[in-house]
Amino acid sequence: MNSDTLNTLNSYSINKYKYGFVTEIDDEKPKKGLNEDTIKFISLKKNEPEWMLDWRLKAYSKWKKMKEPKWANLSFPEIDYQDIYYYSAPKGFEKKPKDLSEVDPKLIETYNKLGIPLEEQKVLAGVAVDVVFDSVSVATTYKGELEKLGIIFCSIGEAIQKHPDLIKKYLGSVIPPGDHSFSALNSAVFTDGSFVYIPEGVKCPMELSTYFRINAENTGQFERTLIIADKGSYVSYLEGCTAPKRDDNQLHAANVELIALEGAEIKYSTVQNWYPGDEDGRGGIYNFVTKRGLCAGKNSKISWTQVETGSAITWKYPSCILKGDNSIGEFYSVAITNNFQQADTGTKMTHIGKNTKSKIISKGISLGKSQNTYRGEVSFLRKADKARNYTQCDSLLVGNQCGAHTVPYIDSKNNTAVIEHEASTSKINEDQLYYCRQRGLSHEEAVSLIVNGFCKQVLQELPMEFAVEAQKLVSISLEGSVG
Amino acid sequence: MFLEIKDLSVKIENKNILKSLNLNINKGEVHAIMGPNGSGKSTLANVLAGKEDYEILNGSINFKDNDLFDLNIEERAQEGMFLAFQYPVEIPGVNITPFLHSAINSKRKRMNEEEIDNLSFAKLLKSKASDLGINIDMLKRSVNTGFSGGEKKRYEILQMSILNPDLAILDETDSGLDIDALKIVTDGVNKLKTKDNSFLIITHYQKLLDYIKPDYVHVMVNGSIVKSGGSEIAAEIEKDGFQKFQ
Repeated sequence: MNSDTLNTLNSYSINKYKYGFVTEIDDEKPKKGLNEDTIKFISLKKNEPEWMLDWRLKAYSKWKKMKEPKWANLSFPEIDYQDIYYYSAPKGFEKKPKDLSEVDPKLIETYNKLGIPLEEQKVLAGVAVDVVFDSVSVATTYKGELEKLGIIFCSIGEAIQKHPDLIKKYLGSVIPPGDHSFSALNSAVFTDGSFVYIPEGVKCPMELSTYFRINAENTGQFERTLIIADKGSYVSYLEGCTAPKRDDNQLHAANVELIALEGAEIKYSTVQNWYPGDEDGRGGIYNFVTKRGLCAGKNSKISWTQVETGSAITWKYPSCILKGDNSIGEFYSVAITNNFQQADTGTKMTHIGKNTKSKIISKGISLGKSQNTYRGEVSFLRKADKARNYTQCDSLLVGNQCGAHTVPYIDSKNNTAVIEHEASTSKINEDQLYYCRQRGLSHEEAVSLIVNGFCKQVLQELPMEFAVEAQKLVSISLEGSVG
Repeated sequence: MFLEIKDLSVKIENKNILKSLNLNINKGEVHAIMGPNGSGKSTLANVLAGKEDYEILNGSINFKDNDLFDLNIEERAQEGMFLAFQYPVEIPGVNITPFLHSAINSKRKRMNEEEIDNLSFAKLLKSKASDLGINIDMLKRSVNTGFSGGEKKRYEILQMSILNPDLAILDETDSGLDIDALKIVTDGVNKLKTKDNSFLIITHYQKLLDYIKPDYVHVMVNGSIVKSGGSEIAAEIEKDGFQKFQ
């Protein structure tokens, strides 16, 4: 590594996070700490029916007996669950505002700054957005147009009120509350998130999107998202996330459940840009997320695409349970870690039905003193005849103080299964940098170009509207020069 | 003086490669450097382009009134120096269009010229490609990725014609080319040549010089230029090899 490269790398490690501002707004919180009273407070604030509170309390009693999973390649101090606020809402949100005139202009301004306009005349064309600020959903755009097609797109809180049958049937059906401690925690205290139902045979005509923002201090965000695609339907869904800069770590433990019935397809994309902490590793979001999709019916398909650039710690394995025959699961991932960030991310593909197929493309990029782990599990159950998996995981190291790790598990109980696995680890190539610079590109531009090229296979899976944004985000995570 | 190399000595990993080398190139001139393998030809090309693996022991290089050692790789490129590589590197996932578009704009920025927009650039790229007989489909692929040796060299010439350098250095561009590809590449160079730009052509064989007529030919042996003259030297080498210069 020559001196120029080192200089550029040093300038990268000064990470400038452009979403790090705080919105000064009066908020309403219960006392810190996790106990039955906190859960009752949340349930009451959300005006929930009795059965929902019972469901939460059951999850809480499970959580009390559980320990955090410790197998990941992550190190962080013990989380003090009693030192966290579990609910925070801007004042005046006892009821979700009917329209934007009822919303505090400061909130609208916040989302404008984040590039998510909410005003009718400015909403993103072709994208319906649900925005979640701390624990509450602020607004959902294009709702009326979707309703005409029978599509339900609302906050999960609203769905509990208006569509209890769907919630009772599907909530916790893919991720049981007792699955592990973070799923139990989320089930006990989840606040808001999105709910989507696509009726039989309907192809959702626009991207559905949720934008999560953590604003309040010492507050955890526990969102819950549930997407159900009925027979023969299609939906593409995207979530984005940001948070202010703070010196303390904040906990984010989301649960996302997807259900695809016969012939249905769900495409779920994430651009995760939570505050990653500063260059000395102070602050940042602890991101413990459980995402799981069930291909319940024949010929169904679930595809996860994620671009993970933020968070101090990322613990996340979007998975597919391929139950229906001929069902397909896909996982496309770019994870970039810089400074002291740690990511342990990957997927789990469980082949149950016949002729099920899964594909995993993972690209990890490590810079600074960060650690980046791909962890994947592909399993074939006894009845999964002629199932196939293809896995490709590539790691790129930029600098010499970071680490890349690959931990693939393969478990087959069916001898007709076909498994392909390719993996590579490389350092950023000095000859490529030289070539780009000889054409007149700066060192920073060259690194950004090469890394974007390295990620292209994944980035091209994102919906068009977001692919360009994601490319920019990749560049920013490398250089941090856009302030 | 356009390019003036004075008394240049360079080493890499404790091995002296260039030894008190002198070379002057004026605007509008085509110079060819010929020499056996290991004589230091490619080192000279890379030292000019600014590759950082070398240690400059002595000497100076002046390019367009700049002390070349004050400029880094990209600044030299932006000032109008272009190196057509002997082995162009593959950059997977990076499309040529945005790549060259950024390159041309960084050069224009340095020259305080207006940046070229997407549409005009796409047009420029297409017209230059068709001049060089490059298929439009090739422009959709990643930089050099999966290209044959001949395609890579043609691609280098395409980039050169887009960036329109003041000084183009061609490092063994003829190696690995069949006669048809060689003709396309040399045609491209001849089309680009004006009275305002200069070429430094590094080659092992005389064949290339049948297509590009140099004003000067230099023989490089063991890190120094041992003989300079006109194209008659190339013919001499063709006949007797480098033996008598060593």
